[in-house]
Amino acid sequence: MTNMIARRSFGRSGLLAGLMLLATPALADFSLINMTRGVTESSQEIYDLHMTIFTITVVIGLGVFGAMFYSIFRHRKSRGVKPAKFHHSTTVEVLWTVIPLVILVAMAVPATRVLIDLDDTSESEMAVKITGYQWFWGYEYMGEDVQFLSRLATDSDVARQLHSGINPASVPNYLQNVDRRLVLPVDTRIKFQITAADVIHSWWMPDLGWKKDAIPGFVNETWTVIEEPGVYRGRCAELCGRDHGFMPIVVEALEKDEFEAWLAEQQADGEPGTTADGSDAAEAGEELAAR
Amino acid sequence: MTATTQDHAHHADEPTGFKRWLVTTNHKDIGSMYLLFSLAMFLVGGAMALVIRAELFQPGLQVVDPYFFNQMTTMHALVMIFGAVMPAFTGLANWMIPLMVGAPDMALPRMNNWSFWLLPFGFAILLSTLFMPGGGPAGGWTMYPPLMLQTGTAFPFVIFAIHVLGISSIMGSINVIATILNMRAPGMTLMKMPLFVWTWLITAYLMIAVMPVLAGAITMLLTDQYFGTSFFSAAGGGDPVLYQHIFWFFGHPEVYILILPAFGIISTIIPAFARKPLFGYSSMVYATASIAFLSFIVWAHHMFTVGMPLAGQLFFMYATMLIAVPTGVKVFNWVATMWRGAMTFETPMLFALAFVFLFTIGGFSGLMLAIAPADFQYHDTYFVVAHFHYVLVTGAVFAILAAAYYWLPKWTGHMYSERLGQWHFWLSVIFVNVLFFPQHFLGLAGMPRRIPDYSVQFADWNMVSSIGGFGFGFAQLIFVWLLYKCIRGGEKAEARAWEGAEGLEWEVPSPAPHHTFDTPPVIR
Repeated sequence: MTNMIARRSFGRSGLLAGLMLLATPALADFSLINMTRGVTESSQEIYDLHMTIFTITVVIGLGVFGAMFYSIFRHRKSRGVKPAKFHHSTTVEVLWTVIPLVILVAMAVPATRVLIDLDDTSESEMAVKITGYQWFWGYEYMGEDVQFLSRLATDSDVARQLHSGINPASVPNYLQNVDRRLVLPVDTRIKFQITAADVIHSWWMPDLGWKKDAIPGFVNETWTVIEEPGVYRGRCAELCGRDHGFMPIVVEALEKDEFEAWLAEQQADGEPGTTADGSDAAEAGEELAAR
Repeated sequence: MTATTQDHAHHADEPTGFKRWLVTTNHKDIGSMYLLFSLAMFLVGGAMALVIRAELFQPGLQVVDPYFFNQMTTMHALVMIFGAVMPAFTGLANWMIPLMVGAPDMALPRMNNWSFWLLPFGFAILLSTLFMPGGGPAGGWTMYPPLMLQTGTAFPFVIFAIHVLGISSIMGSINVIATILNMRAPGMTLMKMPLFVWTWLITAYLMIAVMPVLAGAITMLLTDQYFGTSFFSAAGGGDPVLYQHIFWFFGHPEVYILILPAFGIISTIIPAFARKPLFGYSSMVYATASIAFLSFIVWAHHMFTVGMPLAGQLFFMYATMLIAVPTGVKVFNWVATMWRGAMTFETPMLFALAFVFLFTIGGFSGLMLAIAPADFQYHDTYFVVAHFHYVLVTGAVFAILAAAYYWLPKWTGHMYSERLGQWHFWLSVIFVNVLFFPQHFLGLAGMPRRIPDYSVQFADWNMVSSIGGFGFGFAQLIFVWLLYKCIRGGEKAEARAWEGAEGLEWEVPSPAPHHTFDTPPVIR
């Protein structure tokens, strides 16, 4: 357990360091070249799985490419070698069929465990319905009478027009910002019911560890437990037409009591669906800086 | 192995000029046309890729509208798959299979002519859709409904064009199978065939099995659009995911159609330049057959995120991981072929070695993608883009280039310029990695594929990738220049152009006479 906490706080500081290093060359920052650990148990299991398989392939690669390059340097005609004549060896061939098979079984075991875990959507404490539209998202808190649409923030939308002349780097969270965030509580088992109204979309939140297709006429279910409060950013992952690249996802994870307060406020508002204009960028920046 | 070559001028009435090419039934002429057509399409598809990389050079939209960007990603894939890689392999099959098995021509020469000439017309239709009202197809080469049904005027033309290309492929495959099974020289048993012939035989069966499935899927799209059916519309009782199942039942064998002949090429070239017989010939044949079989039962690994039942996800994950075994056997065999050989490094060998190295990297990322839970992160990101470009560009395309360099002396009778070849290789291999390697990073860091614009944390690697893209693109012009020079003239090639080259094709003079093996050679 301590180990896990240590690991997570390492990830957190890594994220902060990453944000500070954004302006410096990309190599300095692993969050720009590797998968995120995310903020759920599943996302960390997936990250570990990813790193395990990656490490195994690197080791195999070093072996195979090592042999290949050794051969390229040693067994060349210019060194005056005489080519050998051998052309098969049953023992070797059986070995390099069986050994990879064993390695694959070793990979399949943890992968199966994670997959089974991810598939179990039972025992959820709350449910959110996500609907994909061309080109924005709709969120509905099931049984809470709260629903709204979530679109690309206006400043990004202006800047992203062809020949807008606006430098994207000058727009806070360019293309990663929405007018209304999906607000969720931490430490709560949340079930998502994902569908679409027009074409297929895919709701992808890297920090939760998965994406799930939003398919018109069908409802896909999945779940999460967010472990850290914060603002997390994702995007539509399935080509859905002209503005596929312009329908980001922002999740804001709050402590349980803050979430309850937020939900009550939304219900009191009485007019779900109204969208606050402008961007939440400054606010998000402050939050991150505060942490 | 002895071969008798007779070069009768018994077709004195052959037409000349354009008509010669239009009505030709000669496998060498048709092979050349396939190869040149493929090169032209490679440049067209490459130009589209450069539009994509130009737009992605930096964040913000500078070059094209997002909808046109989507047309470019869609057309780039269709042109490269159906116009560049598949015709290149068919061209190689036309040229080399009769020479390799000691046959005078393909089994069905008139159909051969037709299957080629369908291609320019098919592509004329496909490319013309870019100029139609509403633009060309923009729903991705996978053409998923309902998005694909939003295509404008272009929609029926795209489907008709793909039908035409599919018919062409099926006819080409029938021809290959008929030739290999009926026209081998006496004494050439199946297990004595060159591996390129073996891989093509298996590829041809794959094509016959799956091209009609694609035809079915897109015809259902057509009837959904115009004839009131609702195969893929939930509102009418259908299911959009059904299309994906049908498409990928075609699509996964299709990706092996794009790589198995490449395996055959590499298995030909490495022994030639290592001056040592191919290691594990029979295990290569069995591995190819296993990969072909497995390709039919792994399709849904393209769809791990559509919401399949757990049992389905597990089955497709296990089956997909299994492909690593026969593929691994192939890579090990190639390395063992090099082992204790006496290698030289002419351009074909360089491309073949780069193939082994870089294709294997693509195989590793493929194995990572097979792990379903991790695929929930990788799916539809640039990690996937990096993966399939490693197996298709540094895989299939590098193998085709290796083959072109290897057999150019046989085709033209001239040695190509080795100096230009080396330039072409080294620039290609460096820039292609600058182009595609950073795309692994982009995908893992969270960049989805098929987007025209991105948030600023992806800017650095996109710029690197675009620089690689332009470098790789322009390096291919060296090949065009080299090819022009080699066709026009150059050092005279011997019948056996390479010291270690084995096979019947090297028993006939260079350039190969118009008619070869009128009398079958005798295999000992």
